Amino acid sequence: MAASGLTPPPNLPARRLTRSLNVTAFLALWLLLIASATIAVTFGPADITPTEVWATILHHLGLVPESPVSRLRDAIVWDLRLPRVFAAMGVGAALALAGAVMQALTRNPLADPYLLGLSSGAAFGAVTLVVLGFALLVPVGAFFGSLVALALALLIAHLLGGATPVRAILAGISISALASAMTSFIIFWSATGDSYREILSWLMGSLSGSSWLDAGLVGLALLICAPVMLASARGLDAFAFGEKSAASLGVDVSRLRWVLLSASALLTGVMVAIGGAIGFVGLVVPHAVRLAVGSRHGRLLPLSMLAGAIFMLWADTIARTLFDPRELPVGIVTALVGAPAFLLILMRFRKVT
Amino acid sequence: MTAGLTLSDVHLRRGGKPIVSGAGLTAPAGKVTGLVGPNGAGKSTLIGGIVGLERLEAGAVSFEGSDLAALGRRERARVCAYVEQSASTEERLSVRDVVALGRIPHGSLWTAGAEPDDNAVVGAALERVGMSAFAARAFNTLSGGEQQRVHIARALAQQPRLLVLDEPTSHLDIRAQLQVLALLAEEASAGGTVLLALHDLNLALRFCDWLVVMHEGQVAAEGLPAEVLTEGLLARVYGVMARLVPGPDGPIIAYQGIA
Repeated sequence: MAASGLTPPPNLPARRLTRSLNVTAFLALWLLLIASATIAVTFGPADITPTEVWATILHHLGLVPESPVSRLRDAIVWDLRLPRVFAAMGVGAALALAGAVMQALTRNPLADPYLLGLSSGAAFGAVTLVVLGFALLVPVGAFFGSLVALALALLIAHLLGGATPVRAILAGISISALASAMTSFIIFWSATGDSYREILSWLMGSLSGSSWLDAGLVGLALLICAPVMLASARGLDAFAFGEKSAASLGVDVSRLRWVLLSASALLTGVMVAIGGAIGFVGLVVPHAVRLAVGSRHGRLLPLSMLAGAIFMLWADTIARTLFDPRELPVGIVTALVGAPAFLLILMRFRKVT
Repeated sequence: MTAGLTLSDVHLRRGGKPIVSGAGLTAPAGKVTGLVGPNGAGKSTLIGGIVGLERLEAGAVSFEGSDLAALGRRERARVCAYVEQSASTEERLSVRDVVALGRIPHGSLWTAGAEPDDNAVVGAALERVGMSAFAARAFNTLSGGEQQRVHIARALAQQPRLLVLDEPTSHLDIRAQLQVLALLAEEASAGGTVLLALHDLNLALRFCDWLVVMHEGQVAAEGLPAEVLTEGLLARVYGVMARLVPGPDGPIIAYQGIA
């Protein structure tokens, strides 16, 4: 039955064309990202120019010994704005990647990185620490809160008879509701003026005050998790028709699921710790990219990362500068842009199915 | 007649309950073997056991003399391809993308790109099922029959020697059913072993070369379709009264009522 006596299919050139289009899209997004980052740094008071941005970067990388940029302006670029720009790009890339992977793994178009209770767990952990007076440890609380929520969701799914996607989602919803209720209770019972504002800003997601340490942690998490996730693109493709079909194609379904779920959760946990529960990026960006380039994960995952980084960078720049000197939580901006975009996507899906 | 697939004393459980207990059968190479039986007889579970979706409790599944259950996942996926009753997706995949999934067991799972000869194999598989003109179409926009032919092309792209299909015709119109059966006959005559579960006994009678009847987790009968499907067996296994009447190409089952 082996397909022998093969003749080359007639539409090979079309194939090559799409491949070169993919490369073009990839390069275009990279250029857009670099340009966006340069411009985003110039936004805000002090009228920094793009030239000053690059002069500062090259100076700090040790490529230019004498910087023409004044000390103050150098500090604005290097200490204030660049870490935040890098943090925003990293968080956007990570959330979009985790969202795309979760959607493929669960075969659920509504899946996002927080699906299994991660954001509610993180909120509970963070709020508990704020109220107890350890505001500096919020990232740690958020990280462990999200991991505990995930572990509980998977444990419940397992106790229900095996961690299938549907069971994991249902367990995640219940854990999510529980953690949200406890968070609301704590806020209602004990938060006062200042801590209330702090909590609210965290709950809505904010990258305000990101340092190089934050940006570095985001980068490190990406460096550890993203290669694993990007490399399993082919395995995720096999999930298109469900896990039976994936298994019949020789994919070790449960192993791939656990590896990717752990990587997504770890990545999301770090992002939640750094930026709070920033919504809609992980849900909407992968869908938008999917509509543009289709569902093959070899393309979808890297392009989602790039698009997520660009989207998040601009969302955060808007959040930082729109009502200058007051800052908006970036989650408000992503939701304001993301919610209508998501409605459009839902309408699109209605047509397809 | 050379034995392609041989099962002996196969036991399978699902959720702790025994579903298949002591099934044995052969599916000859170069033939289309039908697997029939009432709902709940254990056909799907048995098929799951053959293609490695279900773990064997006991028994042996051998193909061309070697133990199929002992192969690694990917190795097995290169020998044996599986097609479901109807598999749908919400992903935005072209017909060509779907058929290319069949190359996964042949390439490295950890790379995104296609091997050089993958495109040729995918194109040939599309050609075999007569879907070349649809290569660029979105899979979701095809009819049920067309989707099933694409799934078969995906299975062929695995370049298997054993093709196992779980009720591939059950939700198709009669023309699409006949198209699928004709495709399978072609694959069998090219030397492959084909095993399919189906419900329509008249189609089984007409288009299968070999027939296995399952009943309550065991094989109730096995042999040439016209010899196996007797009025007595239909009453015993299906609980229906039927008469076998002569048709233009052999007997036809005329159902009369519930026994």
